[in-house]
Amino acid sequence: MSNDIRIKKGLDIKLKGEAEQSLEKATVSNFYTLRPEDFHGVIPKLISKVGTKVKAGEPVFYDKSNEAVKFVSPVSGEILEITRGEKRKILAIKIQADKEQTYQDNGVFNVDSETPEATKNHLLASGCWPFIKQRPYDVIANPDKSPKAIFISGYASAPLAADYDFTLKGKEAELQAAVTALGKLTEGKVHVSIGKASTDSPLAGLTGVTLHKVSGPHPSGNVGTQINKIDPVNKGEVVWTVSPQDLVIIGELLLTGKFNAERIVALVGSLVEKPRYFVTKLGSEVATMIYDKGLAEGAHARIISGNVLSGKRVRPDGYLDYYSNVISILPEGDDYELFGWNKPVFNKISTSRALTFSWLNPNKEYDLNTNTNGEHRAFVTTGTYEEVFPLDIYPMQILKACMYKDLDEMEALGMYEVAPEDFALTEFVCVSKQPHQKIIREGLDLMLKEIG
Amino acid sequence: MSLKNKLHILKRKYRSSKMAPAFNALHTFLYLPDETTHGGTHIKAADDLKRTMNTVIMAMVPCLIFGMFNAGYQHNIAFGEIQAVTAGFFSPEFWTLDNFLIGFWKILPLVIVSYGVGLGIEFLFAIIKKHEVEEGYLVTGMLVPLIVPVDIPLWMLAVAVAFGVVIGKEVFGGTGMNILNPALTIRAFLFFAYPTWMSGDKVWVEGAVKRTQEIAAGANLDAISGETILGSLAQGKAAGYSVMDMFLGFIPGSVGETSTLLILLGGLFLVFAKIGSWRIMLSSVLGAIVMGLIFNQVVASGWITESSKFYGLMSTTWWHHLLIGGFAFGTVFMATDPVTASQTNKGKWIYGFLVGFISIMIRVFNPAYPEGVMLAILLMNVFAPTIDHYVVQGNVKKRKKRLKVKTA
Repeated sequence: MSNDIRIKKGLDIKLKGEAEQSLEKATVSNFYTLRPEDFHGVIPKLISKVGTKVKAGEPVFYDKSNEAVKFVSPVSGEILEITRGEKRKILAIKIQADKEQTYQDNGVFNVDSETPEATKNHLLASGCWPFIKQRPYDVIANPDKSPKAIFISGYASAPLAADYDFTLKGKEAELQAAVTALGKLTEGKVHVSIGKASTDSPLAGLTGVTLHKVSGPHPSGNVGTQINKIDPVNKGEVVWTVSPQDLVIIGELLLTGKFNAERIVALVGSLVEKPRYFVTKLGSEVATMIYDKGLAEGAHARIISGNVLSGKRVRPDGYLDYYSNVISILPEGDDYELFGWNKPVFNKISTSRALTFSWLNPNKEYDLNTNTNGEHRAFVTTGTYEEVFPLDIYPMQILKACMYKDLDEMEALGMYEVAPEDFALTEFVCVSKQPHQKIIREGLDLMLKEIG
Repeated sequence: MSLKNKLHILKRKYRSSKMAPAFNALHTFLYLPDETTHGGTHIKAADDLKRTMNTVIMAMVPCLIFGMFNAGYQHNIAFGEIQAVTAGFFSPEFWTLDNFLIGFWKILPLVIVSYGVGLGIEFLFAIIKKHEVEEGYLVTGMLVPLIVPVDIPLWMLAVAVAFGVVIGKEVFGGTGMNILNPALTIRAFLFFAYPTWMSGDKVWVEGAVKRTQEIAAGANLDAISGETILGSLAQGKAAGYSVMDMFLGFIPGSVGETSTLLILLGGLFLVFAKIGSWRIMLSSVLGAIVMGLIFNQVVASGWITESSKFYGLMSTTWWHHLLIGGFAFGTVFMATDPVTASQTNKGKWIYGFLVGFISIMIRVFNPAYPEGVMLAILLMNVFAPTIDHYVVQGNVKKRKKRLKVKTA
């Protein structure tokens, strides 16, 4: 069964430096880090200390508010350093990898015959749980609450996104095992989406799922958009979302018992000499990928773990984010531009036509930098967000409700349905340069704290 | 060392001082800042508020220039210096240097006072409240000289601008927070504080007021009258101008409001640039047409007769209402102000329709001051949040209903 979802409102941001479909093995990283900040809202409680030897897949810390949720080491090695910030908050756990990798054996798990309870416990104990996120609040799923449905978006519409059809190739068995296991944890459906134009998506042949074919501009591939169109979250309900690349890790664990943190990552952006795909592992150093036929040494660039709209900025000696499957590199834009506010603009993207001419050339690939193109202002213009925001929610009104912290209004306007990434495009086009994603994140955190 | 680097060093120097907002405001007019994204999206679209505001100003420039020519033209006509235009929009009688210079020297001071006083107050508030200078006043400052009579004394304008910016905007928190359109607040202040300078048959023609004073002082001169079309109609007289003159703008009126043609072009430009809301413009025109038709019908049904003081304006052909007075200007440049208009797309339809509808209603029922656009827009500014509230509630109800269906 397949259903079509057509998105009309949105914006495809076409940038230079899309990855070509060739796969390389990244240089093996010597060090790996786990950063609790990747897991929003988790307060880590350490299991191991500095100097502890861990196997790949062995728990390193757990969530203080939910002890069952374990976070495991992506590699085998020795915990080298634990960096702490203010109030001794754990910032990073650095692991030196062994030359020979050893894996903790979780045992082969028969997904077809096991009970839901056993499946859940297996995922929790093996460290796969953090891959499952929930709405409302866009945090790691609460294992005590059963979701009404599970959503998996196999269509990446974000700028310079990794192509799932390519990165998931040959992983059908793992994907099937993972969705079968997840399907046991919900009474509802497992919704899987693929691009309408896709011909060879490994997700297309999965059984036990409801398949949707998505078309239209970004954010059509965002799971939040699809939830809104398929089965929106109501008050009191929970849905789970999992990224396809994480399904592969879950699937392999179920099939072999090994937590294999391997992931295919795209290296993209206009400053990358040869944008392409790498096989690497979660938490590996980005330096192992970005310099070989990539970023010129000393270039003035921003390295982003994730896509250019919602990713995290990392330093050149930083590490791959736990959830990202793309590393984007953009030129920094910290320079002045003479009369940049009124002269005709041909080399930047705009949804208006106010002497901005990107509408003349919708298929051109742009080389955008990180300049804000203007200063932060109060909300003034109206109607611009709605053009790129396909959810049945009033974007400016909900942002303002978050800013003045009116919980009732936030709830009424649909806060349970959204995640920060849903507001990436409105933030991109915002004339007043307001930090939409941050506003939404803070709003969600407030709700989580006050309502739970 | 280049100008760019010098300014960059200056900016650093001013960074933590009180004058930083003032310096930055001037600096950003020269250079787009070197600010980069931090957190959130790493790239941003090309438009900022300055560009948006600048686009609106560009759309108004033709009206301003036409207004300068028209001020001189109306003066010269009234003083019997030249003949009325005959050859359409490009009539040589109109586009003369003489006409332009009379208007230029009269209107330039209005522009300077409007921007000088208004921006001065904006800078002052930015420095006191330690925030950046917002661009909202750029458009307001341009609107103000276009919506006042050409002969308005400069000190009155200065007082009104100060009132409008402080009471109309800054007390609410500045750009983006105001309830009433600041330019119309300024005009409303003038209208209620100095009504003799805002209506009648003298103020619309440069020099007419002065001539009246001279006559009163005993000079043996002919009085000059420059009645607007609305003024004539309200008194039951004929309009005195052809429909083409009304459309092209060779008529007395506030500086920038007369040329419906140029306003229309400006409006189309704003709609094309996706800066102005076509929903508001279109629905406002529809509202005016509906009200105009209703009045025409009232006259046609014989409910009022020529003896009624409303007869003149009520019997005005419905579509003429779109060409005379400030309707076109108000619809295109003032009702569409995104901050004070409805902010939801559905709300914009309702808001715009009522602006047009009420404009013509007030215009007809207020013969002492036969224009309703200003009051209609201000009234709807007040109601815009209410309209939005109900539109948004529709979305909220849908969400609640969805939940009910689930749990039932």
